[in-house]
Amino acid sequence: MEPLLCYPQPLNLALQKAIDNAGYPFVAVSGADEAARTEPEEGWIGAVVSAVEDPEAAFALCRALRKKESPVSPVLLIIDANQLASLELKEDLFDDFALLQTMPDEIEARLSHLFFRTGRGKTADIIAYGPLALNLETYQAVCAGRPLDLTFMEYELLRFLAAHPGKVFTREVLLSRVWGYEYFGGARTVDVHVRRLRAKLGEEHAHLIDTVRSVGYRFGRARWSA
Amino acid sequence: MQSQREYVLRTVEERGVRFIQLWFTDVLGIPKSFSITPADLDNALEEGMTFDGSSIDGFSRIQESDVIARPDPTTFQILPFHIGSDSMVARVFCDISNLDGTPFSGCPRHVLRRQLEKAHEQGFSFFAAPEIEYFYFAEPDPTGKPRPLDNGSYFELTVADLATDLRKKTVLTLEDMGIPVEYAQHEDAPSQHEIDLRYTDALTMADTIMTVRLVVKEVAQERGVHATFMPKPLENVQGSGMHTHFSLFKGEKNVFYDGDDERGLSLTAKQFIAGLLEHAREITAVTNQWVNSYKRLVAGYEAPVLISWAYNNRSALVRIPKVMGGSSDSTRLEYRAPDPACNPYLAFAVVLAAGLRGIEKGYELPPEAASNLFLMSDEDLAAAGIRALPHTLDEAIGVMEKSELVAEALGEHVFEWFIRNKRSEWEQYTTTITPYELARYLPTL
Repeated sequence: MEPLLCYPQPLNLALQKAIDNAGYPFVAVSGADEAARTEPEEGWIGAVVSAVEDPEAAFALCRALRKKESPVSPVLLIIDANQLASLELKEDLFDDFALLQTMPDEIEARLSHLFFRTGRGKTADIIAYGPLALNLETYQAVCAGRPLDLTFMEYELLRFLAAHPGKVFTREVLLSRVWGYEYFGGARTVDVHVRRLRAKLGEEHAHLIDTVRSVGYRFGRARWSA
Repeated sequence: MQSQREYVLRTVEERGVRFIQLWFTDVLGIPKSFSITPADLDNALEEGMTFDGSSIDGFSRIQESDVIARPDPTTFQILPFHIGSDSMVARVFCDISNLDGTPFSGCPRHVLRRQLEKAHEQGFSFFAAPEIEYFYFAEPDPTGKPRPLDNGSYFELTVADLATDLRKKTVLTLEDMGIPVEYAQHEDAPSQHEIDLRYTDALTMADTIMTVRLVVKEVAQERGVHATFMPKPLENVQGSGMHTHFSLFKGEKNVFYDGDDERGLSLTAKQFIAGLLEHAREITAVTNQWVNSYKRLVAGYEAPVLISWAYNNRSALVRIPKVMGGSSDSTRLEYRAPDPACNPYLAFAVVLAAGLRGIEKGYELPPEAASNLFLMSDEDLAAAGIRALPHTLDEAIGVMEKSELVAEALGEHVFEWFIRNKRSEWEQYTTTITPYELARYLPTL
């Protein structure tokens, strides 16, 4: 997936965290020139521009993005509550806006809504984490370049865990979310499958799935500790 | 179900699998398999593959002999033996059904599944963890006199030892297939080895045991070695057992554990053990199904002979292992009778049936066998009410035949066929003139 263009550099920490948690890769730039220089071959997938720090420069960037041969879209503008009035007559420069004070979940919801319309964005085809990659289209999993030969339920469990790095799940939750029904094994089935997955990941990567004592399991780490 | 099929089909395509082996097990626990190509896979997953069951031990019936092998897509697994070659092979376990789609009563997987469903109705899930013992012999020809590969003993560390290599390769292969191994070690007897598996639900474990047997043999054969799960291949050394650890869970809770009990053992556990002891004689023909099985079940070789239970006393039939670090999750019992040549589906089904009976009827657990039972006289044993396991296959079949519990657990079809088959095995054995007789009688009589 191509990255989101973000402005300014450095990005407001709360905003950075929200975009990160929403699962979008991004590149923060300090202006239109840098945006042009660092643009990936396929073009920016979209942009999140904060007008909180330097409104003038932010709108200049928006204008530059819109004037490009293939305009960058969608553009999500981030403003402060007291900047609402300054949006007047600039409606063409952005596709949607959110307030900086907004919840991270709202940023995620707005981004996925915008991307839904453009048909691009966070496609659910590949889940990648460290050495591990899952292709959801072909059901194949690869760890450090080595294909993993998983059973269906092992694959489903790994997919669920890898889609939520850093989150701790209890056995019951995993059972209901991954298995969806009660198998003969009950909640212990989860332990069994985790062990099988660790065996297949091999000693070097078995730690990707952590046991959280007396709670359940966690895959990898969130880039932001909760 | 749909996405499981999709998963199997896509994986076969993506990984370039050329053959898919459909695995199932006959009533005696002998693995059976036929191969299909990816072209047939979709149809096999949808409708199953019809075949003539009359040539499979325990499947034959008088009128109709056609049955359907229905792949269980959750068990689909690429076999590690051929990875990297241009003819990758995968396997999938099958349930056997009748032409009308109902489960075929001769299918061992079905027998176990039915028993597990019964436990499930009471909220129980049943877990098993076996310790599988086996021998390596130098000759790949099983008709020759077996010659051990080494003379090592328990836990022995030997240098550049072929058997150790084989065991290591076996463990790595199993891990590649998602079968975690708890321990692998050299056992007491020369060339005897043991692989201990981490617990899984009983159905998965029975499948796993079938896989382990195959992997052990396959890895050995690659090096011209013969691996065997025969219960007692050598005289004067211990035989191969399959001590199996069992536990019962309700949801996340191990119902064998009770923190209020002095030894952490719940009433449910005590009743389960009582059921197992009460019906031990009836189920022995299933857990120890060959003439040769009873040459292992003799005094002096760490095999159980007497029906008793104890905490950590290895001469007892049922042992309650000490739980490490007081973890309530791992409270379990170890049943020491089964041998690795049993049919694991049927063996787990009858063990569970016996235990559940104990819980249903609220059987009382007899006192723990404290001392080493092998040292007690027959009178003392009788006074203590301690019975013995059957001494021969003949005796075991006789007891099983009268058992309503085993008939119910196995179902009429398997029950009747099994008894008939075992009677004829015994008949063959008793009419065989053995080398023992020739050596002993021919010169003098």
